[in-house]
Amino acid sequence: MTTKQFVIVGAGPAGMRAAEQLVAAGQRPIVIDEAQRFGGQIYRQPPAVMQRERRDLYGFEASRAAAVLDRFESLLPQIDYRPDTLVWQIEANTLQLLHAGRTHTLPFDALILATGATDRVLPFPGWTLPGVYTLGAAQVALKHQACLIGPRVVFAGTGPLLYLVAWQYASHGGEVVAVLDTAPALAKLRAAPRLLARPAVAAKGAYFVARLRLMGVPIHSGATLLKADGHERVSALSWRARGATHMTECDAIGFGHGLRAETQLADLAGCEFDYSDVEQAWLPTRDAAGRSSVRGVYLAGDGAGILGADAAELSGARAALAALEDLIEPTSMTSRGAQLEREMQPHISFRRGLETAFALPPRWAADAPDDLIVCRCEEISAGELRACVRDTGTRELNRLKALTRIGMGRCQGRMCAPAAARLLADAAGCSLKDVGRLRGQAPIKPLPISLLHDAAPSTTVPEDEDD
Amino acid sequence: MSAPAILHRVDGVPREAIAFELDGHACTALEGDTVLTAILTQSARLREAEFSGAARAGFCLMGACQDCWVQLVDGERLRACTTFVEPGMRVRTG
Repeated sequence: MTTKQFVIVGAGPAGMRAAEQLVAAGQRPIVIDEAQRFGGQIYRQPPAVMQRERRDLYGFEASRAAAVLDRFESLLPQIDYRPDTLVWQIEANTLQLLHAGRTHTLPFDALILATGATDRVLPFPGWTLPGVYTLGAAQVALKHQACLIGPRVVFAGTGPLLYLVAWQYASHGGEVVAVLDTAPALAKLRAAPRLLARPAVAAKGAYFVARLRLMGVPIHSGATLLKADGHERVSALSWRARGATHMTECDAIGFGHGLRAETQLADLAGCEFDYSDVEQAWLPTRDAAGRSSVRGVYLAGDGAGILGADAAELSGARAALAALEDLIEPTSMTSRGAQLEREMQPHISFRRGLETAFALPPRWAADAPDDLIVCRCEEISAGELRACVRDTGTRELNRLKALTRIGMGRCQGRMCAPAAARLLADAAGCSLKDVGRLRGQAPIKPLPISLLHDAAPSTTVPEDEDD
Repeated sequence: MSAPAILHRVDGVPREAIAFELDGHACTALEGDTVLTAILTQSARLREAEFSGAARAGFCLMGACQDCWVQLVDGERLRACTTFVEPGMRVRTG
């Protein structure tokens, strides 16, 4: 049988199912995982020394998590699994990896990018205070570290994660002092027909809300987040709803506005991008099977567009089949592939419903005060961005980056790009699509400077020494 | 370490204790703690922002935002949310 070098980046639901499909076809894929244990963010596993029940970790998703985690674990002998490894550059069908402080190269025949997502953040004044975290961070603290981000927590923003994390905290002894949904209540009603594409998931969402109400947690829709106050750490959140302003005392805030796809590696691989109206973001283009515009590069899971964990399993398997079709056996996988694509349809419809139900605050950019810190790496304010637009007439995000350093800090725009793009579009009077997207730059995450020393050519290295 | 600790442990996940040093003080973490958890279960800051000097305590906890880099006494820098605490580690947050 022909074997090719299949490399998967990411070991969440998409990456794990892609690996399973490749193993079933007799291949031995390499799976690169930035984390120490497989699972991705959604099925993130605590360190091995922590004995915890999956029911406790994953709630309703425990059986789903068990299925995919146990399956991957059983296949480990047939997979070259490389945890704790960062892909920091892609060039000419070769990955640059960082593991244990050393850099390595890895050529591939087929590359499946399953790079996942992070929280999409539209910040409010005070969001850099200690004690203010993303919703994802609040969940990681609980799942991975058995910690709460505070005894008294406000959860704010919008998206399905808002209610899930609030419920997880409330059922693990946290006092949830308020849930503040920035989307209006009516939006959920408008979205109902599409959300019913996946009735069980919609029912779970309704269950979390009902449980939180039964526990006495105040839930407010249509909230505007005004300001977090505190000295040394957050102590209160001011917000407005129905014309009245409130101040809620708290020790911590978890917030976010849905998820944003992690697309830097697709960008470095040279993939074409297109603007997605549903996600309100530029995403790498792909066909229904997950083929990118670059031969040999495939896209799966939330890193290619936010569809959630269950869809990620499907798109991971589908992308692996596409890679097998292209490299090994052209027609053998067609019927299974078509079935996976059909199974993906309800997720795509549901996704549109979610974006309606948890609509982003439409006036966020217009209302952001000038002193709002947009870039938390380099503390660049909304006012500085607006002044730059006013003074230079720039209408493009990379130009704004060059002029203000927005998106140039250590996070490379992961945290600030959605906010910066909206502020630019608002200030320049153009659409979000027109301002473009931040180009990916290698290394996508900070590398130790000692690598430069290691990599420097030396005349004293013996000829027979490798690596 | 004026402000109270940020992270609060949930019950029922027993582990061995690990001794480490935080800003010159002897402290105790638990096996399986990240450096971030080890620090923020005792304190409310990881570092100071380079420009304003304001306290920071991380943000994404998944290795994306790079807001939780801390320095060891020997000068080594590490990302606190993705690095596990080790016995005898000497961390500086000031």
